[in-house]
Amino acid sequence: MFTKIQALGAAGLDKLEAFGRSGIILSQAVFAIPGRQAWPLFIQQLYSVGVLSLIIIIVSGLFIGMVLSLQGYTILVDYGSEQAVGQMVALSLVRELSPVVTALLFAGRAGSALTAEIGLMKATEQLSSLEMIGVDPLRRIIAPRFWAGMLSLPLLSMIFSVVGIWGGMLVGVDWLGIYEGSFWSNMQNSVDFSEDVVNGLIKALVFGVAVTWIAVYQGYDSVPTSEGISQATTRTVVYASLAVLGLDFILTALMFGDL
Amino acid sequence: MRIRGLELAVGFFMLAGALALLVLALKVSGLTLSEGSRSYKVYALFENIGGLTSRSKVTMSGVKIGHVTAIVLDEDQLMARVEMAIDSNVNYLSLDSSASILTSGLLGEKYIGITTGADEEMLQDGDFIEDTQSALVLEELIGKFLFNEATE
Amino acid sequence: MSYLDDSIIDIRQLSFARGDRAIFDAVDIRIPRGKITAVMGPSGTGKTTLLRLIGGQLKPDQGQIVLDNDNIPALSRKELFKVREKMGMLFQSGALFTDMSVFENVAFPIRVHTDLSEQMIRDVVLMKLHAVGLRGAADMMPSELSGGMARRVALARAIALDPDLVMYDEPFTGQDPIAMGVLVNLIARLNKALGHTSIIVSHDINETLAIADYIYLIADAKVLAHGTAEELRGNGSEQVRQFLDGLPDGPVPFHFPADDYLDQLMQG
Ligand SMILES: Nc1ncnc2c1ncn2[C@@H]1O[C@H](COP(=O)(O)OP(=O)(O)OP(=O)(O)O)[C@@H](O)[C@H]1O
Ligand SMILES: [Mg+2]
Repeated sequence: MFTKIQALGAAGLDKLEAFGRSGIILSQAVFAIPGRQAWPLFIQQLYSVGVLSLIIIIVSGLFIGMVLSLQGYTILVDYGSEQAVGQMVALSLVRELSPVVTALLFAGRAGSALTAEIGLMKATEQLSSLEMIGVDPLRRIIAPRFWAGMLSLPLLSMIFSVVGIWGGMLVGVDWLGIYEGSFWSNMQNSVDFSEDVVNGLIKALVFGVAVTWIAVYQGYDSVPTSEGISQATTRTVVYASLAVLGLDFILTALMFGDL
Repeated sequence: MRIRGLELAVGFFMLAGALALLVLALKVSGLTLSEGSRSYKVYALFENIGGLTSRSKVTMSGVKIGHVTAIVLDEDQLMARVEMAIDSNVNYLSLDSSASILTSGLLGEKYIGITTGADEEMLQDGDFIEDTQSALVLEELIGKFLFNEATE
Repeated sequence: MSYLDDSIIDIRQLSFARGDRAIFDAVDIRIPRGKITAVMGPSGTGKTTLLRLIGGQLKPDQGQIVLDNDNIPALSRKELFKVREKMGMLFQSGALFTDMSVFENVAFPIRVHTDLSEQMIRDVVLMKLHAVGLRGAADMMPSELSGGMARRVALARAIALDPDLVMYDEPFTGQDPIAMGVLVNLIARLNKALGHTSIIVSHDINETLAIADYIYLIADAKVLAHGTAEELRGNGSEQVRQFLDGLPDGPVPFHFPADDYLDQLMQG
């Protein structure tokens, strides 16, 4: 009985310690003064983290927008208010679905890749090698990846929104025959730039920090074996997804809770 | 050469992001660049606001001229004090305008409709609209109806 | 003991443990300046660990590692990176950066720490690659190299900046006899020409003894013996004899510490 409680306490302390360590790593990476070569490294990471995630983001955005439109139509048409489809699609995308779904896809697509890459660099002693050459891996490897991830997610999320709304319009206007004028005007009346769009962006930014942080930390802290890296990769996806959903609730409560 | 292509792709990515933001601002949320967000504040006291919330629209003859920015309970009057932001180009609302809480459709959202009066003076920033009509509450209507039936 | 009068590294009372197992137990090691020092011992005794301790990648539990008046374990992160510019290390696994070509790998330390022109970097890199016989492989990616080739590229990278102290972790493993001969000569020649200090970890006794000025034999968390090749050959100790002659049985255990073999078999 006591040993179980003790084990629980030990596990808790372990987690807390890991959290503290990851915080130290994050701060060292974030506040590292960029060196001469920082810019090309950052561009390189924007490419592999951001550009390479575009396809999956665009395709998912398109389909989610189309499905939302279709589902919204079948419900709203019963009340004769199918013009509100545009408003519904836009609001749910901009406020909620774009940041969350983008972050989840990002965790699976880019986060896991980051963890595996960094873990493998550790396993093949490339990180040690950097250290011995006198280059801080936190600056050279972690920092550009972190910044690139943090910047990419809001961009991807906005692209997701636009593509999703376009998909919603394709289904709603072109296929189901909602009058285009009311589709847009309803949307414009209900979507507020500073409340909805900006808040959605803030969410995406917070998710970007969380997902990238978890991904680089898991890679940096992984056990340098093939098993250890595969576990770290799984952990990245699981922890990042949970973090995104949890943070989303908190942020939503803070942003829209008083409505 | 490889680096060039990569930089190009990243450049396009940034551009796509910026463009998306522009679309979200102009096309989706209907932000207009020229008008800006200049507006003036007008207040009104209501007995009952029904389901009115902040950000509900304020209209005149069905045309949107502003939105509700805050709703608080006025401690002196014990009524709901609604703060509205009216677009500053709508500067022809007379001081004796009336505001009523309306519903779009049977189950639709609540909004404020404003009708102007005949006064020479116009509403200024910070003024109160005196003549208000509260939301119709279904339960009260039914209650009244039953009460009328009973007294007959 | 004339070699030890001028030492670049002075390790005093160094203790380091992995879990419960002591890898080093209060050992003293001094590395003579400008010479080639070999560190030898059975597999798993902590030779790589020693190099990592010197490089500041591991912190000892106790003791000092003084490199030119800097006590490595006590340095701040920033000072440590400064000190490491004076070191070059060839990792046991090579540890090339897989996202860069062979050329870029060797050029990397030069780019990071100097402001040389592109032309000069090119010259230096080709020179280093030529020295390890891989000038022709400059444009290949690390994934296209054989294990032995990768190690030679890593060696070229370790000496790219002409550091004061070069640590070679098993540079000869996986090399054919010709390459091995070339590398042995290369290490000896570099040492003479540039006057830097070399530490070699190796199991190739004859090659190593041929070029090493000074040798440390470590086993069982202790320094078993140290001295010049002559002194070691003349060492009467049974353990030293066993290691130098490569005999399977003797006081130095071939096996990693374990329970009694028979007992363990019977248990199953
Ligand atoms: N990351 C680690 N965690 C736990 N124990 C380790 C770790 N790395 C090494 N060890 C242990 O430390 C001991 C010394 O390892 P080290 O790599 O220094 O050996 P070595 O002398 O270089 O051996 P070899 O000649 O085979 O390369 C080994 O017995 C190993 O069990
Ligand atoms: Mg080793």
